[in-house]
Amino acid sequence: MSGRRLRVDWAACDGHGLCAVWAPDLLARDEWGFPVVLGGEVPPAALRQARDAVRACPALALALVPVRSREGANRTKG
Amino acid sequence: MRRLLAGLRDDGQPVRYADHLALHGPLPSPKDLLGTLAGAGLRGRGGAGFPVVRKLEVARQAGGKGPVVVNVTESEPASLKDQVLATRVPHLVLDGAQVAARAVRAREVVVATHVGSPAGPALRQALAERRDAVRVRLLEVPARYVSGEASALARAAAGGPPLPVLHDEPLAVRGPAGRPTVVLNAESVAGLALHLRHGKAWYDGVGTPDEPGTVLVTLRRSGQAPGVQEVPLGTPLAVLLPEPEGIQAALVGGWFGRWLPAGIALAAPLSHAGLRAAGGVLGAGVVMVLDQDECGLRATAEVARHLAGESAGQCGPCVNGLPALARALDDVVAGVGAPGLVDRYRGLVRGRGLCGLPDGTADLVGSALEVFAEDVEAHRRGGCLRPAGQALAVPARRAAA
Amino acid sequence: MNDPRLLWWVDRSTGLVSLALLTVVLALGILSVGRPPRLPVWRAVVQAVHRELPLVALLLLAVHIGTAIADPHVGLALKHVVVPFTATWEPFWVGLGALAVDLVVVLVVTSLLRGRLAPQVWHAVHVLAYAVWPLAVGHALALGTDAGVGVIRWVGAVCLAVVLLALGRRLALVGSGAAPVRVR
Repeated sequence: MSGRRLRVDWAACDGHGLCAVWAPDLLARDEWGFPVVLGGEVPPAALRQARDAVRACPALALALVPVRSREGANRTKG
Repeated sequence: MRRLLAGLRDDGQPVRYADHLALHGPLPSPKDLLGTLAGAGLRGRGGAGFPVVRKLEVARQAGGKGPVVVNVTESEPASLKDQVLATRVPHLVLDGAQVAARAVRAREVVVATHVGSPAGPALRQALAERRDAVRVRLLEVPARYVSGEASALARAAAGGPPLPVLHDEPLAVRGPAGRPTVVLNAESVAGLALHLRHGKAWYDGVGTPDEPGTVLVTLRRSGQAPGVQEVPLGTPLAVLLPEPEGIQAALVGGWFGRWLPAGIALAAPLSHAGLRAAGGVLGAGVVMVLDQDECGLRATAEVARHLAGESAGQCGPCVNGLPALARALDDVVAGVGAPGLVDRYRGLVRGRGLCGLPDGTADLVGSALEVFAEDVEAHRRGGCLRPAGQALAVPARRAAA
Repeated sequence: MNDPRLLWWVDRSTGLVSLALLTVVLALGILSVGRPPRLPVWRAVVQAVHRELPLVALLLLAVHIGTAIADPHVGLALKHVVVPFTATWEPFWVGLGALAVDLVVVLVVTSLLRGRLAPQVWHAVHVLAYAVWPLAVGHALALGTDAGVGVIRWVGAVCLAVVLLALGRRLALVGSGAAPVRVR
């Protein structure tokens, strides 16, 4: 397994949609143009797609991160 | 039971520093502070319930020396407990801030309050009465939910905008300014001060084994002035509601909590574990009681509409999805919409934003549709004229969108 | 091989084509800003071309510079290329070209390292692309017409038109409210 997943920086994402063009197996777009990450860990066969998608994002909003890194990073209120 | 609220004055004035010291004794300063606090079961009171001392240990292990940010902004809207602490027993909060600061070798303490809240001036007045080892700075942030989010406060404390920001590492490991940043709720640090003064045995004397101590609960019900009460963790909600007749349901955890039918709500123990087992959430301890003659769907729709306007505007799914969700729920309330559409928008906003706003709204709406499922039918037939009531405390300033 | 006419011809043609390519790159870059209302697939194509063409242009530029250095009539040395305005023949106009090449190299390098640079740094350097193009056009029009070769003027005019069209479309977007990409 790849041990990696796609992570969207939602503040940076402007819904350009280029990521979904390069990684149709991993990303879809909602009705407002923003990416929907399909599934969790990226299958090894789709890693190429994932890297292309990350590279394509004009806003640098997409990243490949370790699967275990904190998804809920911003749910804390303190 | 008065621990956090010990010494509360009847005249509404804050406890003065001299009286505070007379009541609680001096604040101990052990050499190995983290060692002394090790094993403390005290959990955060901002909503997430993360063990407080664990957070301090993480920050210290990451090198410490970053700021300690005390969140006095009532992360949960409609909560009043942070304001009560700040205006009535400010020195307990400020003591706790110093304890946390010492534990992580912080260079400064930043105390964050909402613009327009009485907490800021009250804390300023209290600060004038004391001299602290670690410098304390007061920071006012806009009175919006998103500004009180942990990463937003960390950013504001570092001089940036008070808006949530992506962080792949926990703030306690690395915050916006590159240093470990500890963000703690006001009630959490107050509990820390109590724990240090009186010791683990005393602190764990009330509450549950996993969640020791007391918790401040903000209670809201139509026709009653909202109030804050202190109870041991694990206390059944029924203890706080001496007049249970007429209760239809309760929104426990506030706007970012879950609806529970009356029977389950009254029996549920007020703790993270207890409420989770009952299908609910403790959050920041806000309990909103819905009476029989009120409509839970209508009340929830008002909250959803309000929350849609609270979006920071940074994240596409939230900016677009929350208004769509609120509109879909409004349609259900009006009897012309399908719950399926509401569920679709819930799925589209959940997990696709930088803070808890979209998730909390989605979960609130989901729990309303579940608990008030029969009402959905009644609304479709045009048969519910009950008002939303005031328990959910939606500010009136915004007209219906 | 060292026939001066051949060298001259290769020098001029590679210069011309690389100018045309860089004009296309610039125009595509201008069109990429903001959220033009078109399919993401188109946007992906535009982006790919915008990113790949400069490498071809650089290759042609290398030949352009190489033949100029090899041409005994020009008297150009490599250091005149790296340090602008130091050439012996037509130092000003050659210097414009040298400056343009230096900037293009910086643009390409920073873009290849985009993930590792702060976004604001990358963006600030990228904005310099607007400066590169007038330098290149000035260099081409001044030096490329010395033998009365009218095609240079034609190409120059077309390039100018393309860029003006792209800019016009971009400025129209500003009015329509399509927000530009935020730089973090």
